Amino acid sequence: MKLQDSVWGLLCILLGATVLIYVQSFPAMPGQRYGPAVFPGLIAAGFVVCGLILVVRGLKTGEPLFTRESWTRSGAMITRLLAVCAAILFYLYASEPLGFLITSFLLLFALFWIFGVPLKRGAIIAIVTTFAIHLLFYKVMRVPLPWGILTGMAW
Amino acid sequence: MEPIIQAFGMVFEPYVLGVILASALFGLFVGAVPGLTATMATALLVPITFFMPAVPAIAAIVTATAMAIFSGDIPGCLMRIPGTPASAAYTDEAYAMTKKGQAELALGAGLVFSVIGGIFGTIVLVLGAPWLADFAIRFSSFEYFWLVLLGLTCAVFITQGNGLKGVVTLLLGLLIASIGLDNPAGFPRFTFGSVELLGSVGMIPMMIGMFAVSELIRWAVDESPQAQMQVKQLGNVFRGMGGLIKQYPLQTLRGSVVGTAIGALPGAGADIAAWISYALSKKFSKTPEKFGTGHIEGIVESGAANNSALAGAWIPALVFGIPGDSITAIVIGVLYIKGLQPGPMIFVNSTSTVYAIFIVFILANLLMLPLGMLCIKASKRILSVPRNILMPIILLFCVVGAYAINNTVFGVAIILIFGIAGYIMEENGFPVAPTILGVILGTMLEENFISSMIKADGRWLGFFERPIAGVLGGATLLVWGWMMWQSLRKKPVAAR
Repeated sequence: MKLQDSVWGLLCILLGATVLIYVQSFPAMPGQRYGPAVFPGLIAAGFVVCGLILVVRGLKTGEPLFTRESWTRSGAMITRLLAVCAAILFYLYASEPLGFLITSFLLLFALFWIFGVPLKRGAIIAIVTTFAIHLLFYKVMRVPLPWGILTGMAW
Repeated sequence: MEPIIQAFGMVFEPYVLGVILASALFGLFVGAVPGLTATMATALLVPITFFMPAVPAIAAIVTATAMAIFSGDIPGCLMRIPGTPASAAYTDEAYAMTKKGQAELALGAGLVFSVIGGIFGTIVLVLGAPWLADFAIRFSSFEYFWLVLLGLTCAVFITQGNGLKGVVTLLLGLLIASIGLDNPAGFPRFTFGSVELLGSVGMIPMMIGMFAVSELIRWAVDESPQAQMQVKQLGNVFRGMGGLIKQYPLQTLRGSVVGTAIGALPGAGADIAAWISYALSKKFSKTPEKFGTGHIEGIVESGAANNSALAGAWIPALVFGIPGDSITAIVIGVLYIKGLQPGPMIFVNSTSTVYAIFIVFILANLLMLPLGMLCIKASKRILSVPRNILMPIILLFCVVGAYAINNTVFGVAIILIFGIAGYIMEENGFPVAPTILGVILGTMLEENFISSMIKADGRWLGFFERPIAGVLGGATLLVWGWMMWQSLRKKPVAAR
């Protein structure tokens, strides 16, 4: 998705204005002239100025406000994009209840399948990789990867 | 003398040498696979180095990045796809040589002149950094304020053509840096009641998102099929190298000097060093008409430049805590975690560790000769690793790495958000590097700004009254003026 510069400019102005209003609620530090609002306030002002220039420049180019890349017309490409994002979200929500081993296997297996790796091969690589990463992070680096429903058989 | 002996002891022990060897192989692989960059290698290494002592942790990053910048030449030469952006400048040239049957010469030159450039950059780092630190030890908040601002300005200035968008992404980085408790007033800003945001966003998950997850997204929506290698069998890559060294001494030196200098400029790294050196090489060549037809001269010069830039970037990183490129931006985060606060005092407080880093630099560059040759030999295998198996594994690695930093899934959410943000930014012509620099330097900029404002009692002239501060301030304003004049003079640049 490509947006024209003037759209980005507008977004910058909105962001800058929001921050400017929000920092007004920061308390002043007693006995100090430069409180926590000064620095973010300056940044926000910068956003507004840059946003204005971007709007002017963007409008001058006369380009369309939105441009769609060719991949956005391909269902397969959108599936692949969503798969990458969904895989991270899946780990975010499933790793604690399901545990690392199950989450990681499902995540890899599903991604392999979506990206066109043959099923059996995908399953084998998913199992090997899951255990290898578990060994590296859990055993060698002592990261407390969650066990989830497999807590009873933790090693 | 004693710290140097200590430093040798720190590096030459089995554990550290093992880490160096493993990260060398890792770096060679990552660099050789198109779509995986040296910065990505660093971001992926950080969660692992998290659990190591300081010297092996830093050694891993130094070695992996040096190797990756070289091995990025391999797919560029053999498939016309640069393995890392640092090889992009001379990919067409190297590929043209391959088509003429000179793949060995192009790859050999990439390897040998990478080593020469890398060692040159290291020597400048070893000699220059302590000298600069002696000078910097007297700096007050005024000098640091201008230095940081000048660094950030350079980062924007170097993203040519889109200075304004560079400013926007820089401001975004500074805004992100102001999240959390870490400000002079100690007031929780922009946390919206979240306990996790009190400690700001978390540098390392953010880096993994911007440099690794965004690349995965780019790969996922890339419609072009995996390219095939053009060469069946590669011969001896060292043949003819002695002749090249004798033929192009000036080019080698110029590439190394320019590379080190560009590396030391904040925000510009190996990729820009290679582009500029390639252009210079063509400009000063006796036979500029041969460039682009498979001529080795430009590869010699820019191959030396991109590896010397790596070492150059460490100079401001160690002396001022201002990263010279996006790799050292990550390194600064690692240094803090390891209790090595970058700044002029690091040369006094951690002398032997700093020497150990220097030794690792030299070792990594020497190790590049044999390992690089093996990597070229194995290139056929490496380049045919199916991307649809590799990318999901890297994704899992990113996720677990982000989790491992604080043992919470908060980091996992961060990599998703910044992965998508990084992808959209690049697609719309917003450079990512200034954001990273803004996040790294935001706290430092604010602290020095606020304390300077208090010292100067709100008078702006106070920022220029000390001689060095005055010079730095003047230079910063000069660059600003130049940039504004340029952007007014020029017609607006259309979005990429």
